[in-house]
Amino acid sequence: MIWLTWRQSRTQLIAVFGLVAAACAWLAVTGPALARLARRNDDVYDLLTSNDRLLFNGGIAVLAVAPAVIGIFWGAPLVARELEAGTYRLAWNQSVTRGRWLTVKLGFAVLATAAAVGILAAAITWWARPLDGVTGTQHGSLASRLTPISFAMRGIVPVGYAVFALLLATLVGLVLRRSLPAMAVALAIYVFIQIAVPLWVRPHLVPASSTTTVISRATLDGIGLDESGTITITTHVAPGAWILSNRTVDANGGAVSLPSWFSQCLPPPPTTGQAGDGAVVQDPGKGTLDACLARLTREGYRQQLVYQPRQHFWPLQLAETGLYLGASGVLAALSFWWTRRRLT
Amino acid sequence: MSAIVRARRLGKRYRRRWALQSCTLEIPAGRVTGLVGPNGAGKTTLLHLMVGILTPSVGTIEVCGGRPAADSSQLAKVGFVAQDTPTYAGLTVADHLRLGAHLNPRWDAPAARRRIDRLGLDPHHKAGHLSGGQRAQLALTLGLAKRPELLILDEPVASLDPLARREFLQVLMEAVAEDEISVLLSSHVVSDLERVCDHLVVLTDSQVRVSGDVDQLLTTHHRLSGPHREPSTLPADQHVVWSSHTDRQSTYVVRTESPVLDPSWSVTALGLEDLVLAYLDETAAEVPASPGLEVLR
Repeated sequence: MIWLTWRQSRTQLIAVFGLVAAACAWLAVTGPALARLARRNDDVYDLLTSNDRLLFNGGIAVLAVAPAVIGIFWGAPLVARELEAGTYRLAWNQSVTRGRWLTVKLGFAVLATAAAVGILAAAITWWARPLDGVTGTQHGSLASRLTPISFAMRGIVPVGYAVFALLLATLVGLVLRRSLPAMAVALAIYVFIQIAVPLWVRPHLVPASSTTTVISRATLDGIGLDESGTITITTHVAPGAWILSNRTVDANGGAVSLPSWFSQCLPPPPTTGQAGDGAVVQDPGKGTLDACLARLTREGYRQQLVYQPRQHFWPLQLAETGLYLGASGVLAALSFWWTRRRLT
Repeated sequence: MSAIVRARRLGKRYRRRWALQSCTLEIPAGRVTGLVGPNGAGKTTLLHLMVGILTPSVGTIEVCGGRPAADSSQLAKVGFVAQDTPTYAGLTVADHLRLGAHLNPRWDAPAARRRIDRLGLDPHHKAGHLSGGQRAQLALTLGLAKRPELLILDEPVASLDPLARREFLQVLMEAVAEDEISVLLSSHVVSDLERVCDHLVVLTDSQVRVSGDVDQLLTTHHRLSGPHREPSTLPADQHVVWSSHTDRQSTYVVRTESPVLDPSWSVTALGLEDLVLAYLDETAAEVPASPGLEVLR
């Protein structure tokens, strides 16, 4: 059975590991240059051209879909193609039970996918180390590795995603008995889960930290003005943190909008023509700003931050990987049940 | 006669539709049995139940003394060549033989190799590029090299041209003679079965209409034709299988152990095909059609 599985997935194996090798080679070539850059200057960000930044963010986005692509393209046809082509009638009548047939097929696919994505994720984690969360002097920054997109392509979670995508696609393929619709449906479910988890689940996997600070020039990150004319304030937190909420509270600790006098109090923004489009106004002029912020503080306004500090990176990685692997286990059990009980 | 397949009140339901219902039958061991029935009679469902691809909704089935596909030793006892003879299109002929060798403990590699050589199949040829006849031969080779006690074939020659059909059946018969295995093959074409089968089971609406030794079936069935006669006037030991009447004439197909002596009948022997057709044409069996309707037919 192992031989047959290997023989059937030989082409896929070569293609997937070929692409992984190519990606690793590219990372290996560009990685040392990044590391050199990082050693020479703390503000790597300011040395990077906008092209570099585009490449960095684009690369991260592309690589973030790798687990899904590998998992779904491997999983959907795994059983569905046998059902489509009718070859299950050949396979199930060799002297190998259906359960063992599926065990070997799934086991092989899980190991191959996990290995491919594991290698890729390790390479990217190593490569992006000097860049993750780098802050420039202009307050701009690259995504820290805790922000959702980077988080998804660092450490060990990609392996969890890939295994989950694989087993999801296998099960959908089993139920639909067609490879292509299975890919589409599995992808839709996967994308939904990938959006839902960072929004609603990940923030609570490890208890978030919370702090309340006085709003002053030292803590102020920016003052924003949205289309409806509402002014919002954001403040700094320890670098590398994943900020879940950043809001102004009054003396009683309830979330409020800023008092109406605040907008009159503010000095005009130093750069012209950009304030009205909702962009963060950076480094407002001195003088009266201090007075405005002091008055806010006097009236009891504080800034409350809820965030996952950078130290939570590994606990979050472990918790989320566990979550996905647990779900994968359930999907695998369902696949076995379906193969034994429903495909009859 | 020991049975290699025993089914009792076997039924298979897909959601609300019954594909096979209360089917009771026995297939004798050591014979080549033909399973005949019209399309939709439940032949494929029955065969899939025998090899364990399907599990029964009701009733029991026993093949080679065990529950189909219960474990790998049970699977090893039964060979199966499925309808349209599926093979892995991307794998070569040699790959298929390796597949069989890896997955079957009783695999007969030299015999499989010999058979492929004799068929003139190129081992490096992809199965997807083989002709229908060659693919069927490859599937048969896989089924035989497994050294099963019972080889089941589902409409193996349905999609083959007459020449490939003859070749396939010839190879099958040679193999049966060599290996002394029991064979069960289904078909809706009786002439294919006539050449190879020594036992016959006729299945309509998942009911076994007749089951027996081919020679014996042929000697106990007769076509009687003569002046018009009601079925009730026939001797008690003559079972009417099929009848057709006009105002003046009656034609019957009857089953009887004793010779037909009535001089008013002209008695002719039946070929296997006519015999099967007589059983499949249910409308004429019990109630003789009225003369008016008979003209329309």
